[in-house]
Amino acid sequence: MANTLVIAELHEGKVRKSTLSSITFARQVGGTFSILVLGAGAKAAASEVVVFGAAKVLVADDASLKDYVCERFAPTIAAVAKGGFDTVVVTASSYGKDLAPRVAAKLNAGYAPDISSVHVDGNKRVYRRPMFAGNAYGTCEVQTPVHVVSARQTEFTAAEPSGGASPIESVAVAAPDAASARVEFISLEQGKSERPDLGEARVVVSGGRALKEQFAQVLDPLANLLGAAVGASRAACDAGFAPAELQVGQTGRVVAPALYLAIGISGAIQHLAGMKGSKTIVAINKDGDAPIFQVADYGLVADLFTAVPELVGELKRTVA
Amino acid sequence: MKILVPLKRVADPDNANKIKVIAGKVDTTGLEFKPNPFDEYAVETALRLTENATNTKARLGEVIVVALGPKELDTTLRGALATGADRAIRVDTTDDALDGDLVARVLKAVVEKEAPDLVLIGKQQVEGDSNQVGQLLAEYLGWPQATFAGSIKSEADKALLVSREVDGGTLNLKVTLPAVVSVDLRIVSPQGAKSMHTAATHAYPEGVRFAALMAIMAAKKKPLVEMKLAELVGDASLKVTYGTAELPPPRKAGIKVKSVAELVEKLKTEAKVL
Repeated sequence: MANTLVIAELHEGKVRKSTLSSITFARQVGGTFSILVLGAGAKAAASEVVVFGAAKVLVADDASLKDYVCERFAPTIAAVAKGGFDTVVVTASSYGKDLAPRVAAKLNAGYAPDISSVHVDGNKRVYRRPMFAGNAYGTCEVQTPVHVVSARQTEFTAAEPSGGASPIESVAVAAPDAASARVEFISLEQGKSERPDLGEARVVVSGGRALKEQFAQVLDPLANLLGAAVGASRAACDAGFAPAELQVGQTGRVVAPALYLAIGISGAIQHLAGMKGSKTIVAINKDGDAPIFQVADYGLVADLFTAVPELVGELKRTVA
Repeated sequence: MKILVPLKRVADPDNANKIKVIAGKVDTTGLEFKPNPFDEYAVETALRLTENATNTKARLGEVIVVALGPKELDTTLRGALATGADRAIRVDTTDDALDGDLVARVLKAVVEKEAPDLVLIGKQQVEGDSNQVGQLLAEYLGWPQATFAGSIKSEADKALLVSREVDGGTLNLKVTLPAVVSVDLRIVSPQGAKSMHTAATHAYPEGVRFAALMAIMAAKKKPLVEMKLAELVGDASLKVTYGTAELPPPRKAGIKVKSVAELVEKLKTEAKVL
């Protein structure tokens, strides 16, 4: 019977919704699971995750974990994992991707990165994962007794509460890695936005270089109307039309919203890698041969500077 | 500063949509091998950190490139030597004898031989897309890690100020060397990486540098040594093994709509997403 340790990710004192994807993974694996919430303020956040059927919600709350530094977080995760867990899972956010390999190395465990599904067959577990920028899927097996896994948020739907109240238990914070003396957290700079997080939004409106300096001017009314997150192509970010944190793709975020609107995006492989899993894809581009149309469910060959305002008007008229 | 840069070659990433799966194995026949783009960015970063940008010919430090794989990888290594790296190491092996963990353990042994101040590595190689070797190596060495670096500034070659590209923003760290830094694509932007010798105001051209013909010729004379994997690690067992591959399920063919009104109508009644 599996016993999985789910690593919660904290953000501004709250458990990130992305954590719920790892809970879904733990449920699919079966057996029992516990959730480790670590960070300064973890105690207060722990109550958010007691309703998912975990055997325990473990809390490592310490001032030394105020800011994320891998060399401080990984030792506590590894120490807790050694208390009887055979699987450690974290969602494959930038946090999970930074942390999981270091934890795996500490546990002498094999690491299955960024998996899209798990197939359990008795004692055998096969992980499936996107490779080649999503142009192929591979299957892999971990050969060590302990498995470390990062789960793709877009492929594991957020767990729903199952009721009950898991007991909350404090765990000791392990000594940080010696290397932590050589890492100093300086700051975390984040774009301020009232919009939903790119990874969690139901609708994403994404723009390319074609929008030029009018990136926000053209896209904001559409995004506001749809309650959408705003994304961008690499070209738009590189040209300075959109901030880097909006980038969708191999660099940047992987998203899979119910509706993805690609506005003036040509559709480079590196961009498709970050949005191909979207349920419905709309492309608006004046180049009818742009590769984005190969993945779009609905394509409109048009000048975006007239089509997008027209779309806003049509939506206001017919939907709102 | 002495910098070690691991390199890998990959099937042309700009044509990754042309790969096939034959009998459960990925087949890249017809696709040209190219250096892994994120590793190329790491080489460029290493070159920037070991020069004064006003004279990019003089190396103010040493850049060593290392690859694990068959003889054909010498081409990849020579390519990096031609852009300015000083010498190369190839650990003779084949891809299917490796997993990310073994690569990290081999690199650890190379680091222990070479004692660099810094390992610069691409954040992921774009075939496996695993994003793990830098982090594993840092742990095995007991070194600090700074992953997904979008910019690096050297503080007197004793420490690096690294801006990490994280979900929703950037996380700024200062790491004291020796350290492992994995790089993301913005590291090769004009202000992405700069050495202590280069003026703070200097702007590099966007992207990675290309080798001049003369440099390509000269690179043939630069040292390239071959090592045996067994000389570096005693235990070559794999922690993760791969089974069959498959292509992603095809998307239902889309349609072109003729007007915004038709688009909204389809989104409402057919896709039901509005």
